[in-house]
Amino acid sequence: MTPVPDIDRILPEVILTLTGVLLMLIDASLKPARKRRWLGGVAAIGTTLALWASLWQLSLPEGTGFFGTVETSTFTVFFHVLICGIVLAALLVSLDTLPANSHHQGEYYALIVFGAVGMCLLTAAVELLVVFIALEISSISTYILAGYRKQTGRGPEAAIKYFLLGSFATAFLLYGIALIFGATGTTQIYEIANLAPTSENHALIVAALAMMLVGILFKVSAAPFHVWTPDVYEGAPSPVVALLSTGPKAAAFALLLRVVYEMLPTLHSYWAPLLWVVAVLSMTVGNLAALRQQNVKRMLAYSSIAHAGYLLAAFAGIGNVGIAAASFYAAAYAAMNVGAFAVITLVSGYDEKLPLIDDYRGLIYRAPLLGILLVFFLISLIGVPFTGGFFGKFYSFSAAMSSLSSGGVTLVIIGLLNSGIAAAYYLRLAVVAASPAAEGPAPAKPEVGIAVGAALLLLVGTTLWLGIRPGAALHAAQSGARTLQAPVSGGESAPISPILQATPQTAP
Amino acid sequence: MNALDQSILTLILLVPLAGAILVALLPDRAKVPNWLALAVTLASFALTLHLPAHFVTGRQGFQFEIDRTWIADPLISYHLGVDRLSLWLVVLTGLLGPVGVLASWNAITARRKIFYSLFLVQQTAMYGVFVSLDLMVYYGFWELSLVPMAILIAMYGRKNGPKAALKFFLFTFIPSAPLLVAILWLYAKAHTFDLVNLQNYLAADPLPARALFWVALAFLVAFAVKVPVFPLHGWLGDAFSEAPVAMAMVIAGKLGLYSLLRFHVELFPAQARHIAPLMMALAVIGVLYGACLALVQRDFWKLLAFGAVSHFSLVVLAIYGLTLMGWNGAVYQILSLGIVEGAVFVLLGALDMRYATSQIAAYGGLAARLPRTASYFVIASLTMVGLPLLSGFIGEFVILSSTFAQVSRGWAVAAAVGVILSAAYMLSLVQRLFYGPESTMAATRPAPDLRFAELAALTPLVVLMLVMGVAPTYWFRTMERGSQATQASEVNGATQTPVPVHVSVRTEGQP
Repeated sequence: MTPVPDIDRILPEVILTLTGVLLMLIDASLKPARKRRWLGGVAAIGTTLALWASLWQLSLPEGTGFFGTVETSTFTVFFHVLICGIVLAALLVSLDTLPANSHHQGEYYALIVFGAVGMCLLTAAVELLVVFIALEISSISTYILAGYRKQTGRGPEAAIKYFLLGSFATAFLLYGIALIFGATGTTQIYEIANLAPTSENHALIVAALAMMLVGILFKVSAAPFHVWTPDVYEGAPSPVVALLSTGPKAAAFALLLRVVYEMLPTLHSYWAPLLWVVAVLSMTVGNLAALRQQNVKRMLAYSSIAHAGYLLAAFAGIGNVGIAAASFYAAAYAAMNVGAFAVITLVSGYDEKLPLIDDYRGLIYRAPLLGILLVFFLISLIGVPFTGGFFGKFYSFSAAMSSLSSGGVTLVIIGLLNSGIAAAYYLRLAVVAASPAAEGPAPAKPEVGIAVGAALLLLVGTTLWLGIRPGAALHAAQSGARTLQAPVSGGESAPISPILQATPQTAP
Repeated sequence: MNALDQSILTLILLVPLAGAILVALLPDRAKVPNWLALAVTLASFALTLHLPAHFVTGRQGFQFEIDRTWIADPLISYHLGVDRLSLWLVVLTGLLGPVGVLASWNAITARRKIFYSLFLVQQTAMYGVFVSLDLMVYYGFWELSLVPMAILIAMYGRKNGPKAALKFFLFTFIPSAPLLVAILWLYAKAHTFDLVNLQNYLAADPLPARALFWVALAFLVAFAVKVPVFPLHGWLGDAFSEAPVAMAMVIAGKLGLYSLLRFHVELFPAQARHIAPLMMALAVIGVLYGACLALVQRDFWKLLAFGAVSHFSLVVLAIYGLTLMGWNGAVYQILSLGIVEGAVFVLLGALDMRYATSQIAAYGGLAARLPRTASYFVIASLTMVGLPLLSGFIGEFVILSSTFAQVSRGWAVAAAVGVILSAAYMLSLVQRLFYGPESTMAATRPAPDLRFAELAALTPLVVLMLVMGVAPTYWFRTMERGSQATQASEVNGATQTPVPVHVSVRTEGQP
């Protein structure tokens, strides 16, 4: 077998980078008065190409490239496709909802695409410094995007808050990387996995793990590292929040899976209880806080914290089961949450004239299609069967249950009681949308354009598909889990049999 | 076994669903959604009639079975089937489909598209609950049945729809969380969601009793809320007041009662025996409490809600008496109540639509103005209070006599008091609504008598009340061995010897 060219290993990232650069160049060469909406179309085409490139990577033999820094495997392809899908949906929503005269449109689309580069690279990286660089690429783009509505008070507030807290958390991650380098003398994940069990600097590795967990858990907005979430979501434009609440989170969860299951599986007895506590905290704090919100975006921000908790419950599962469940949840959550934010963007508009739950009164009569879609996505977020949200929770909780430890069972009980609480606030919004409209002049009827219509179709289709035929997606997640569990040798493009059986985890 | 037998249950599930999509796609013009929904519900009712026509009486186990793998890991199978327990419940659901459409014919005037497509989704969900033999598929339909119901209560509620919808959803959704935990826990132990496999697995008694107690309790509570069993009935009053007629007639009772029988008593026989005394006590309290509260209600929806608590509690008493005869009576009474409650809902809904109030005091002397409404209402009330030769009598009689003879005389006497009270509140309702001096509202607001659609909905129900009251053997013949067979297999493991096990069971229940 001929060795795989290194460039093939990062082909989606290359395509996305080229798209981003192209967008910046076109934007700069266009006269200021010219319309720039079509730049979003270019970005969408680039993202679609990247998505195809990711799928094409399935035909490559699994292995690493660029001196063992990036990897292609079913796992990376799964998350690439997921992230490209999220970015595509966010772009399509932005296409129809950004006002035609908004400033720096070219940059907006370019930043989204650059963010996608970072997120994709984060899932592919198997070298901690590349991980760090990828994380920074994605973070810096999203910091700027969060403050895109700079004329409002909340936009810059969101950006600065996100930036300061985010850099702080990234510093923790970097510190962790430094410590682990000190302990093992390498930053390559597979080598660390080999060296860590026999290392003499056990305490150092544990400290490094803790530091890295802080950094990653901040990115997935798990409690107690969640305080930035509601403010940032409230201030950032809704399409950006759709991206922000799913894309970087999916990438960060991929990293978390890599760190705990691939790099330091031997420290299971350290990270498992930690993640258990974080999962319980996130669910409970997120749901209880969401109950009291009046602002729709803040409510969904707290609910996203709770969903991070449900996802973390999967980490109580052993090996393959947990990884597959977490991957599946990330996909299901992305579809329904981007969908909910797409509807919210359409209803409240770019300027967010209708931010409160009460503003949605009578939506189902004013705009029946949007109303029904909102209710549908909320039902999926609740986790009612035959939607993606149900199987996400189902796999996550059955993964936790599969360990049959008392901790796992307790976690499931706490989780399901939490979904009961969550039903209350999701339903409140759904019920308000279904209530008769208030007196007074009705707000303008939102228009659904072609691009956003396509995005909604994609999201509804995915949510239903994951809820009715979850088999295929779960199978993909499971093959991904197997590749993550099977150690890939450090050599370049070492062909790995795709049917490698995973070795069971051995917890100390 | 012909080809249709294999796919009939899938067809029954798919026809309303396809109808829902069709209704949603077609324009909301004139009465297009109404006619389409009527055609779809009639078609699915016709399909359900295939089941009793080709049902082989006396055969063990499930019939019309289909068992395909849906998801490979964890193994969830698309496993459907009916036995004697669920057979008639499927048919009842089919019958109440067109009845519900006809009852909404004139009542629902705005946004018919949403209403009828959600109504059809609800039909699918209810069929699904009755025919699923895989716990996850069952759970799916169980949860799915909440959604259209909650949305329709919120959208079409009379006064406080949204509040009632929220209350209904939370009351029934939160207990289903422990239910899911219990199902997952069983799966982690037994590696199957299949009802039959699970039954065989549990019959071997491999699990610690303490854990099983909690698992069985989770199942029990989830179903008891849906029935509702005292003291979990808090949501029913509001739901009855607010739900559109077509939904209210299916909101309570049969889903929960069937689930109690199938997924609690049959799945966990030992735990059910253990908790039976408590359940019987709660049931008798429910019978008396519901009846007493119904006596003093001023609003007829509330009266009906507490009356329903009382009636459904009687069925619970029969289920937890754990006797064959009681179970037959229970199933028969579920059928009868489904029909009677349906008719009463259509009639009260007609009154509420015409006079826009549910305060009993506002009515009076309607019989002269609305003679057809009055006579239908009298027949339905008499069925409800258990007049001989009407269907309600058979069910109540079988339940009470089996309880008296085989379980406990005290409980039977107490429950019989509740039955007498039901005569008091129903007949006084008839009197206050239709007879006595004509109220000012009835005199000043001329209203038309029952329309064609309402008559078309009510007539088959009333005919059935009579037929089921006169010729109950037709139904008992198919049901009787059903309960016997399931109990035999449950007590003797998988063996097929039909032994008179109720002798040993009934001593358990005796105080």
